[in-house]
Amino acid sequence: MAKDSKNAANVDSVTGPIHSEGVGASGTGPLVYWRVFRTFIRNSLVRSMGFRANFWLECVSSVCWTIMNLVFFKIVFSYTDSIGRNTGWGENEFFVFLGTTWIITALIQTFVMPNAQEFSELIRTGHLDFALLKPIDTQFLISFPQMVWSNLANLFLGVILVGYAVAQLMNDPANPLTLGFTQVGLYLFFILCGLIILYSVMIAMASTSIWLGRNQTLYTFWFYLTNFYRQPMEIYQQGIWGWSLWGFFTFVIPILLVVNVPARILAEPLRPGLDERTWGLAGFTLLITLLMLGLSRWVFQAALTSYRSASS
Amino acid sequence: MTAWRSRVQLWWAIFRVSVEERLVYRGDFAFGTLMRFLPMLTQIFLWWAIFDAMAAQPGESSDVNAIRIKGYNLHDMIAYMLLVMLARAFSSMPGLTSGIAGSIQKGEVKKFLIQPVDMLGSLLLQRIAHKLVYYLIAIGPFALVFFLCRSFFDAGFPPPDQLLGLALALIGSFLLGFAMEACLGLVAFWLLEVTSLAFIFMLLSFFLSGHMFPLDLMPAPLDWMIGLLPFQYLAYFPSAVALGKISGNELVWGLVIQFAWVAGFWILCRILWTRGLVRYGGYGG
Repeated sequence: MAKDSKNAANVDSVTGPIHSEGVGASGTGPLVYWRVFRTFIRNSLVRSMGFRANFWLECVSSVCWTIMNLVFFKIVFSYTDSIGRNTGWGENEFFVFLGTTWIITALIQTFVMPNAQEFSELIRTGHLDFALLKPIDTQFLISFPQMVWSNLANLFLGVILVGYAVAQLMNDPANPLTLGFTQVGLYLFFILCGLIILYSVMIAMASTSIWLGRNQTLYTFWFYLTNFYRQPMEIYQQGIWGWSLWGFFTFVIPILLVVNVPARILAEPLRPGLDERTWGLAGFTLLITLLMLGLSRWVFQAALTSYRSASS
Repeated sequence: MTAWRSRVQLWWAIFRVSVEERLVYRGDFAFGTLMRFLPMLTQIFLWWAIFDAMAAQPGESSDVNAIRIKGYNLHDMIAYMLLVMLARAFSSMPGLTSGIAGSIQKGEVKKFLIQPVDMLGSLLLQRIAHKLVYYLIAIGPFALVFFLCRSFFDAGFPPPDQLLGLALALIGSFLLGFAMEACLGLVAFWLLEVTSLAFIFMLLSFFLSGHMFPLDLMPAPLDWMIGLLPFQYLAYFPSAVALGKISGNELVWGLVIQFAWVAGFWILCRILWTRGLVRYGGYGG
């Protein structure tokens, strides 16, 4: 029951009138997008807070999963001192990696997944008609209306873990980590790149529901993706199977870059300094990010031309 | 005599309907099962990287396959992960708790009060039917994956006595999973909303049943405490039996304790059911 009313509210944010701030009337500058975006934030916050007990419960449950994840690796590191031979992913370096994974996953689950899922639903129900009619970019309109704020809980845990692990690394007497503003800036920048890559993959996947009619496997697909990107890429770099997986998830669906690049930049597993490989990966990631964004835009537009609406 | 015959006929009817219900989406089902093994790939590479890094540590054997963590070498660890999938195929009860809670909330429990059918009994039959159909279809993907991964099973195919132990442990894990989740669903007589409780249960069970890693890896006081709980019989115990980590007397005792838990939770189910009905208001139409 609660779920139904929640869904109804969700559909409204795309298909219903977007608040009465006179979006269409006041031109189409970038400012309009910002105002619409702010409305999305407000609407989704109102929606989340309408079911407050549920909101806190969701926070607690996602935090619990994350902590179990941490406990698992704590146990692993009680037996080994790094993940992979000579990779530099020692306990604290790896915790920077793990924290970065939480941050990125939390952001995607808050901002991207609910919308990708809803997009599929809009296509199936034919409600996409209403989104197409709005005088605003359709991809923007379907990409951001819903935000599931309870998923953001893990972002805070991620920030705490990264902060803790970085502090440990900087105080490491044997091989201390030195961080400058540039490095932190690059870290944040490549997190953004990672988010764009994941967003592009998910929007392209969701767009296929225009051809398939329905794409129920979206969350399953997301679950399998997260399984691959939440590991340091070095673990795949052995044997024919490993290298094929590595190649596939670096070049075809480039999700291995998502966490690996920012985490490498911040934790410097092979310090002192950033190794050439990290720089190479970073440059490549920049290129891939632009490419993926363009590609997802293209898939989205191509899918829209095939959209036939549902009888209403 | 006729009373018994009609009762068996009733059970058979419930069973048959449930089987047919399940066969509707078989294609989707087989594919989904195969996909579920996909995360195993990451697990294999992750454990390999962990063991490989240990082999590089001074004072350890440089041969990856000779490294052991609490008695588990790399192959054992991967075999364990595969066996946990098998055990969970028996002990996981998707939708049981929420199904029972839902029928209490919506007042559907009424039909069991006026029909000569026992709710828990018929749910168990339905579940057995669903599971049997599941195995019928899932045996393909499972056999394929276990065949592809056969080299990880160092000890080879288990001997007959161990196989018998495994079969009993799996049946026990099915019954225990059913009884525990049924109890949880019946709590809805008192709480109405059990989603949060079910979630906590899922969380605990994921961690404490050994789904993530063999429970032997747990640090000192924890492993002992977890050993006292029923969760380990849902995943860890059958898997450890299949790997030959538990055998002989220990296996017999394990089975005895496992079935004692089953009996305990089944009795608890019955108590909750009779007490719950006293409280039951019969809302809805």
